[in-house]
Amino acid sequence: MTDTNMTAMTQTAAAPSAKATLPPAVRFRFWAWLWGDKRALISLAYLSVLVLAAIFAPLIVPYAPNKQNLMDLLAPPSGAHWLGTDDLGRDTLSRLIYGSYNALYAASLAVGIGVAIGVPLGVFIGFVGGWVDQVGSRIIDGVLAFPPLVLAVAVTGALGIGLTNAMIAVGFAFAPVLARTMRAQTLVVKNALYVEAAVGFGASRLHLILRHILPNAIQPVIVEVTLMLAVALLAEAGLSFLSLGVQPPESSWGGMLARAYHYVEVAPEQMYAPGFAILFTALAFNTLGESIRVLLDPTIKRR
Amino acid sequence: MMYGVPGMVAQRLLQLVPVMIVATFVVFSLVYMMPGDPAMMIAGDYATAERIAEIRHIYGFDRPMLVQYFFWLGNAVQGDLGHSLFSNESVLRLILSRLPHTVLLVLYALVLGAALGVPLGILAATRQGTTLDKVITSVASLGVAVPNFWLGIILVTLFSLGYRWFPATGAVSLFEKPLEALYYATLPAVALSTGVVAVLARQVRSALLEVLGSQYIRTLRAKGLGSGAILWKHGLRNVAATMLTIAGLQVNRLFSSAVIIEAVFAIPGVGNLISYSALNKDFPVVQGVALVLVLVVILTNLLVDVLNATFDPRVAAST
Repeated sequence: MTDTNMTAMTQTAAAPSAKATLPPAVRFRFWAWLWGDKRALISLAYLSVLVLAAIFAPLIVPYAPNKQNLMDLLAPPSGAHWLGTDDLGRDTLSRLIYGSYNALYAASLAVGIGVAIGVPLGVFIGFVGGWVDQVGSRIIDGVLAFPPLVLAVAVTGALGIGLTNAMIAVGFAFAPVLARTMRAQTLVVKNALYVEAAVGFGASRLHLILRHILPNAIQPVIVEVTLMLAVALLAEAGLSFLSLGVQPPESSWGGMLARAYHYVEVAPEQMYAPGFAILFTALAFNTLGESIRVLLDPTIKRR
Repeated sequence: MMYGVPGMVAQRLLQLVPVMIVATFVVFSLVYMMPGDPAMMIAGDYATAERIAEIRHIYGFDRPMLVQYFFWLGNAVQGDLGHSLFSNESVLRLILSRLPHTVLLVLYALVLGAALGVPLGILAATRQGTTLDKVITSVASLGVAVPNFWLGIILVTLFSLGYRWFPATGAVSLFEKPLEALYYATLPAVALSTGVVAVLARQVRSALLEVLGSQYIRTLRAKGLGSGAILWKHGLRNVAATMLTIAGLQVNRLFSSAVIIEAVFAIPGVGNLISYSALNKDFPVVQGVALVLVLVVILTNLLVDVLNATFDPRVAAST
């Protein structure tokens, strides 16, 4: 997230005509901001730990995630199994850690697809304008009218069940949201004086879009994308709960909740860990998104 | 154009035409997103060549796509959404028998969300900066981040399996036993409502803060009007349109979350129907539910616009 943020800033600084007087120590400011905004700091720290856990899952898990121990089914938390075991005797903590990989992969994939479709579409129709904008905007409205998860379930059913297809479907539902924001921003930016100046210097359309419009219009999208990661995470959990997403025996937080729900009367404690994992991660993305919003828009008062 | 509310409704209906065309086309083209030959996918692994040919004909895969679309749309407009590939039941009848459960759930959650979210927003705005305000805004952040279906499971564990105050799963027809239907829908509606509570509380808070900080409220204060009168007569009146619009937008999300909540509580609504049908590749049903729900959402937004125009003449005049 911060990476895109940084790239956007450096690109602007590199562009000869636009905003030539950015403070030189952009990188330094980032750390100062993070230190000044404790909520962002905590969220980012939590997410970093989660990313590391997801990457190094095979090294840190106490048990193999699919190793069944039929002598120890639905065990309560103990020294051997910190979070207990599930209905097949698999270690809950290990599955939770492996689940973080699927959760983060799913969220990035869905949002990535939304960005890949939505951002170019929004810039294009906003930049070209006229009937292209008219038609494009109606298409955006039409897809936006769907309840996102209903669309995702339907598209997943068509593409075939499984995590990747489910997240393509969610990304498909995200695309019009981003396109709408990007279009509105492009309309604002394209009439700015520095764009006119660049046109006067004979800049090509591609140069205008890539060097002037995109870097200056992308800011609200950065905020939206961060918030969307939370939505995508919740969607993955939900779709996996419905067994449309991650397929067994692979672990996912939503799938773990589905199994735990079956045995809720026997082992109610099994439903807490995955639920809190989803809640905290979604909360971290949301908090980070709000912090970035405040950072990028100085007119919003810090709450 | 100054034709008042009817003129505005007519204009909005006209604007809805392209949106409807796109939405129906998306629903129609779902079949084309299937990898490989859609007819073979629908027919399943063990279908005979005749069955595949039959399905190809039912869907009209042997004709150009646009022709098929208008053919399909023509049937849909006449209420013919096809038949379930498994039970052979009429898709429209299937949906209509299940829709009341989902609509009840969504409306119930909306009412609960408004009943809780609006007062919380007012409280936070009128006590801006206090601990209470901070608690409310923090709870609101939790409300959008919590997975509704997990909350549903917790509610079942606590209040159905634990205290046995509410039934754990199932639903009762609203038309046969209205009170019992509400009783059955209570836990799922509570689980569903957190997002509405959170979003309404936040939006009402910020909208009210903006109104209360405006020039004319300051003038009213200077004239000596009490803060209660200012809040109820002037503040909330100006926030009403925001509340209505936000509530309308939430309907879309509620139908989304209902898909999963219905699975948790085993409610035989359209959400359960679409996820079950998607798992089993019962495509006419998937398309039918998506179509009906997108129409419900579009009409809800129209209703919100009409209500806004009715209460606030400026809205109707500005179109």
